[in-house]
Amino acid sequence: MSEVSKEQTVGTPAAAALGEPVPAQRSGTEDTFLSVRDLRIHFRTDDGLVKSVDGVSFDVKAGETLGIVGESGSGKSVTSLGVMGLHHAAPNARISGEVWLDGEELIGADPEHVRQLRGQKMAMIFQDPLSAMHPYYTVGAQIVEAYRVHNKVTRKVARARAIEMLDRVGIPEPGKRVDSYPHEFSGGMRQRAMIAMALVNNPQLLIADEPTTALDVTVQAQILDLIRDLQKEFGSAVIMITHDLGVVAEMADKLLVMYGGRCIERGTAEQVFYEPRHPYTWGLLGSMPRIDRDQTERLIPVKGSPPSLINVPDGCAFNPRCPYADIPKDNITRTTRPELTETGSGFGSGHFSACHMSQEERTRIWTEEIAPKL
Amino acid sequence: MAAYFIRRVFGAVLLLLVVSAVTFAIFFLVPRMAGQTMDQLAAQYVGKDANPDTVAAVKKNLGLDQPLYAQYWDFIRQIFVGADYKFGPDVQHCDAPCFGYSFKRHIEVWPEIVSRIPVTFSLAIGAAVIWLISGIATGVVSALKRGSFLDRFFMSVALAGVSLPIFFTGMLALGVLTVQWPIWSDGINYVPFTESPLDWAWNLLVPWCSLAFLYSALYARLTRAGMLETMSEDYIRTARAKGLKESRVVGKHGLRAALTPIVTIFGMDFGLLLGGAVITETVFSFQGMGKYAIKSVQDNDLPIVMGVTLTAAFFIVFCNLLVDLVYAAIDPRVRYS
Amino acid sequence: MKTRKTTLLVATTVVLALGASACGGSKDDEGGKGGKGGSAAADAALTSIVNKSEKKGGTVSFEMSDEPDSLDPGNTYYGWVQNFSRLYGRTLTSFKPAAGKEGLKVVPDLAESLGKPSADAKTWTYTLKKGLKFQDGTPITSKDVKYAVERSNFAPEALSNGPTYFKAHLVGGDKYQGPYKDKNPAGIASIETPDDTTIVFKLKNAFADFDYLATFSQTAPVPRAADKGAEYVKHIVSSGPYKFSSYEEGKGATLVRNENWDAKTDPIRPALPDKITVRFGVKQETVDANLISDNLTVDGAGTGVAPATQPKVLTDPKLKKQTDNPYAGATSYIGLNVNVAPFNNIECRKAVQWGLDKASVQAAAGGDPKGDVASTLIPPSVAGYSKFNLYETAGNKGDEAKAKAALAKCGHPNGFKTNLSARSDRPSEMAMATAVQASLKKIGIEAEIKSFPAGKYFQNFAGNPSYVKANKLGMIMTAWGADWPTGFGFLDQIINGSAIKPSGGNNVQELNDPAINKMLNEGIATTDTAAREKIWGEVDKAVAEGGTAVPLLYRKNLLLRPASATNVTVSEAYLGMYDYLLMGSAK
Repeated sequence: MSEVSKEQTVGTPAAAALGEPVPAQRSGTEDTFLSVRDLRIHFRTDDGLVKSVDGVSFDVKAGETLGIVGESGSGKSVTSLGVMGLHHAAPNARISGEVWLDGEELIGADPEHVRQLRGQKMAMIFQDPLSAMHPYYTVGAQIVEAYRVHNKVTRKVARARAIEMLDRVGIPEPGKRVDSYPHEFSGGMRQRAMIAMALVNNPQLLIADEPTTALDVTVQAQILDLIRDLQKEFGSAVIMITHDLGVVAEMADKLLVMYGGRCIERGTAEQVFYEPRHPYTWGLLGSMPRIDRDQTERLIPVKGSPPSLINVPDGCAFNPRCPYADIPKDNITRTTRPELTETGSGFGSGHFSACHMSQEERTRIWTEEIAPKL
Repeated sequence: MAAYFIRRVFGAVLLLLVVSAVTFAIFFLVPRMAGQTMDQLAAQYVGKDANPDTVAAVKKNLGLDQPLYAQYWDFIRQIFVGADYKFGPDVQHCDAPCFGYSFKRHIEVWPEIVSRIPVTFSLAIGAAVIWLISGIATGVVSALKRGSFLDRFFMSVALAGVSLPIFFTGMLALGVLTVQWPIWSDGINYVPFTESPLDWAWNLLVPWCSLAFLYSALYARLTRAGMLETMSEDYIRTARAKGLKESRVVGKHGLRAALTPIVTIFGMDFGLLLGGAVITETVFSFQGMGKYAIKSVQDNDLPIVMGVTLTAAFFIVFCNLLVDLVYAAIDPRVRYS
Repeated sequence: MKTRKTTLLVATTVVLALGASACGGSKDDEGGKGGKGGSAAADAALTSIVNKSEKKGGTVSFEMSDEPDSLDPGNTYYGWVQNFSRLYGRTLTSFKPAAGKEGLKVVPDLAESLGKPSADAKTWTYTLKKGLKFQDGTPITSKDVKYAVERSNFAPEALSNGPTYFKAHLVGGDKYQGPYKDKNPAGIASIETPDDTTIVFKLKNAFADFDYLATFSQTAPVPRAADKGAEYVKHIVSSGPYKFSSYEEGKGATLVRNENWDAKTDPIRPALPDKITVRFGVKQETVDANLISDNLTVDGAGTGVAPATQPKVLTDPKLKKQTDNPYAGATSYIGLNVNVAPFNNIECRKAVQWGLDKASVQAAAGGDPKGDVASTLIPPSVAGYSKFNLYETAGNKGDEAKAKAALAKCGHPNGFKTNLSARSDRPSEMAMATAVQASLKKIGIEAEIKSFPAGKYFQNFAGNPSYVKANKLGMIMTAWGADWPTGFGFLDQIINGSAIKPSGGNNVQELNDPAINKMLNEGIATTDTAAREKIWGEVDKAVAEGGTAVPLLYRKNLLLRPASATNVTVSEAYLGMYDYLLMGSAK
C-alpha cells in the first residue's frame, strides 16, 4: 500500500474534493473498477507547459466499456497512459489527480507497485502493432515475457500459455506461429497477437488505444468483435480510445468526448449518440461514415485544427471552431470556461456537457438543424 | 541463412580482389602513368651506384620487366601457391600464403606481418573492450538521465574525447605517466602476452586507454543518440505496459535495438584497428601493423606495402562480414531481405 | 639510397663555430691528452684521442635514427657501415685508426703489407697474414676474399646496394656473371689466387688508388658455403674481433667477442669492449638525449645532433666541451652547366665566381658550424687537398666590380637570366639557393629557383643532360662526398668527362675538358703517393680556372661524445665520424 492511499478510505474515491461534478457515481459500489478523478497531466517543454490532460474524471465498472473519443492531440491517449502510470518515466511530466483501480489509488502509489499492476490487473493494446511489438523478439517470446513478469512459472509453462492465448485470439497454427517474428505476421494477426499478449494475465482492465486504426475495414470489425467477445469472457472493464465514433458505437456503454485535454461531453452511449449536447460532438457524429447516406449530403464536420495545448487561453477551447460562437449568451465573457453541467435527458441522468449555450438553445439546434441531417 | 552467408563470403572475397588490384594499381600503375619507368622503380632498390647493369639485374630479378598484369597475377598466385625466389646462390621457396619478398629488407613479407599482428591485436582488442564497456555504459546513463548534470558532464568529456587527436592524448599520457608522475618509470614497451600476461597488460594499459578514450567518446555519443531514439519507440512503451522492470526495459528491449547500428560501426572501427592503429602505435613506439605500414610506405618497400595493405583490408572485410552475420543474428528482419 | 650523394651529407646539423682551426693539424701527439674525458676541450677528438684507454671490457652502444642499407659488408654503400663493419669484417687494407691526418693513412689489415703494384699499376698483389681465422675457426684464405669481391660486385640481382668499382676496373669485369649465376667455382679470371695466402688483381687500367679500394668492406672475406645472398646479413661470418650474437632486420644487432680472432694478427684493433650493441631507427632527439645523459656511447650515423639538440649543447659549457665539429669530407657547390647559355662562356662563369657572396650562403646554411666557406672542390680532410683561392674576395662577400667586368667581357654587361636548381626536401640546400639568388641579383644575374625532389634529382632532373638543356638549368646546387678520401675518389665522378651519363650522372657541369680528363687518368696511374696527391691539387686548380664549379661550403657535423666513451677520435677517412675500431666504453 502506498503512502497516499493510506490516507484515503480504501475503495472510496475522494469525489467530494473535486470541483467537477462526478457523474454516474454510485459511491462505494464495488463494481466501479476504475475511477479517475480530476486527472491532470502536464508536460514541461522548451516551448512552455503543455496541458495534455487538464482535469478529466470518469468511472468504469467491471464488464463495462467506456469509449473515449477525440481528435489526435485531445489528450485521450495521454489519459490512458496516465492511468497505466506510464508517464512516471518522463522526467518532465507533472501528474496530479487520482486514479483508483480496484480500490487502490495509483498516482501517489509506489511506482514499483504500479509496475506490478501493469500488465496484470490492467493491460493495454496499442494502435500500430508493428511498431508496438519488438522487432527482434518472436511473438511468443514477447508473450512469454509478459506472462512471466507476473507469474513465477517455467518457460515451458509460459510458452504453453502463450500458445493457448494465440489460439484464443484466433491465430491459426499457434504452436508454429508462436516462434514467428512480428514482421512475419499480417497486420490483423499482429493485432491479435498484441491482444493475446495484453490478455495473457487476465487483466481486469483493458485499455485499447485506437486498436483498429492501422487495420483495414474488414479486419477492424474482426478485432472489435474479438475484443468484445473476450470482454464478455473475462468480464473485464474496457476503455476504448478512438477518434472514430463508429468504432465505439456498437461497443461502448458509456462515452467520454475529449477536446483540448478536457472532457466536453460525457454520458451513456444512448445519451451521447441520440441527444448530444455539444457542438463538437455534433461535428464528430457528422463525420461518421454512413452507408445509407450520400457523402455530399452529410453535415460538414468540424472545421479547423485542434487547439494548441501550450498556453491554453481561458474560455471555451472550442470557441474558435464553434459554428455557434456568434449566438449571444447571457453573462458569459470570452474568458469564462464552460463547466461540465448535467444535461436534462430523455435517457436518464448522468449526461454532462460543457457549453456556454443554454440547454434550450442546444436542444433546439440539435433537433432542428443537426439531427435531420444525420 | 546459408545462402545469405555464402553470398556475403563471396562478396568479401571479391572485395579483397578489388582492394588488391587497386592497391597494386596505386603503387605500380599510377607511378607509371605519371611517367615513372620500371627502371626508376627498380633503382629504388639499388644503392648509390645505380648503374644500368645493376638496375637491369634488379628489375629482372624482381619481375619488374614483366607486363603489369603478369606481375599482378604473380602476386595473387603466390598467395595461394607460394613462390620461388633467387636472391643468392640458392633458390628459396616462399610458402603460401606468400605475400612476396622484401628485397630491401631481405625478408619474406608474410612472417614479418605475422610477427606484428599480436601487437596490433593486443592493442585493438584491449582498447575495444574498454571503449565498448565505458562508451556504451556512459551512453546509456546519459540517455536515461538526459539533461541531467551527469549527462552533460559525460557529453562534455565525450566531446573532448572526440575532438582531441589521439597523438595529443597519447603523448600527453605518455609524458605525464612516464616523466611527470613516473608510474611507468621504465617507459611503455610492448611485452608479448606469452612472455608475461601481467607486464603485457600493464604496458598496454596506457595505450589502451588513450585509444579507448577517443572511441569511448564516439561510442558514448552514438549510444546516447541510439538509446534516445529507441527509448521513444512504441515497443518500449509496450514493454513498460507489460509491467517489465525498467532495467529489463532498458537492457533487453532498449539496448538491443540501440546497439544494432553500433555493431555495424564497431565492426568497421575494429577491423580498421586490426589493420594497424597507426597513430597509437607510433606514439608508443609499438611495432605493430600500423607502424609497419607507415614505415614501408616511407621506405617505398612495395612488397611490404602490398602485404600490409592487403592484410589490413582483409581484417576490415572480415570484420564487416562478421558484422553482417551478427546483424542477421541480432535483427531477424535482415535474414529475409 | 635514392641518389648517388653520400647520405651523410643529408642531415648535417652543426652548432659550434669552429672556423678553420679544425684542420689545423695535430698539435698534440696521440697520447698527449686524454686520460680524463672531463678535461678534454671542444674539438679535442679532431686532433687527439680523447679519454685514451687500453682497458678491456664494458659495452659500446650504438644508436642511430637511420637504418643501414645492409650490415652485410658486401651489400652496403653507407659510410658508417664501412667504418662499423671493420669490427666483424677485416679487409685487405684499412685506414689507420688514429687522430688527425694520420687517420687518412692506409695500412695493411688481412694483408701483410700494402698492395704490391706492377710498374704499370695494373696488377696488384696482396699476401695474407698467417693464422687468420673465421669465427668458426676455419682459416681465412685468399679464395674467401676473392669470393667476397665476386659476390659484392657481380651479383647485383641479389646484392644491389654496394659500389661496383672492382667490376669497373677488373679485366673482364663486364663479362663475368657473378657467383650466383655462374656456378663455375673458378670465378672471375682476373682475380688470381695461386695459393691460400696470395691474391692478385688484374686491372684494365692503371689504378694507383687500389689500396683504397682494398679498404672497402667488400674485401672482407666471406666463406662460400655460408653465403645466402641477400640473406647473408642475418648470418654474417665474422673475421674480426666481434661476431653477431643477434641480428634483427631493421631493429638492431648485438655483437660479442669472437674467440677465433687473434689479436697478434691484428695490430690496428684494440678491441676494448666485451660487447657491442646497435639500435636502428631511434629518433634523433632520443639518440641525442641518450648521449647527453651518458646512456649511449655513440651516435652511429655520425652525422651530428638534431637541430632541437643544438641550443642545449650550445648553452651548456660542460656539454660544449664534449662536442667535436669535424669536416664531413664533403663539399657543397654550384655546378655551372657548360652546355646552357650563357655559362658556355667562361667569363659568365667567372662573373658568378667573383660576384657570389659566399658568406651569405654560409649564413643561410646555418652559419659557421654548418661548414666553412670553400674555395676548392676537394675538402681539407681528403688526401690531395691543396689550399688555394682563385677568386678571393674580402670576407668572402664577393667582388661586384670584378663580377661586372667579367659580365661585360661575356657580353652581358647588365646581367642575364638563368635557372638555379635545388632539392626541395633539403631545407639547408633550399636556404642556400635563396641566398645565392639574392646575392647574384646584385650583379644583375636573375636566377630563378627550380626545386625538385631529392629522390629523383639526378635521375630525372639535374643529372639528366637532356632535361638540363631543355629546361635551361644553368646553375645546379649539389654536394659531393667521396667514396674514398683521395682527390681521385673525390673528383673523378664529378669532373671527368666519362662521368657524364644520360641519366643519374654527377658531373652536373657536363665538364668534359680533355686536359683535365688526361690529368686524372695520368694521376691515377702514378704509383708514387706524394706525386699523385700533388696532381689532385693541380686538377682541382684546373677546374677552378675553368670556373665551372662554384665551391660553397666544406660541410661539417657537430658530434657529441659522452663522458663514458673512451678512446675517442674523429676519423677523417670515414667522413668525420668517430673511429669505431678504437672506441671503448667505461660502462
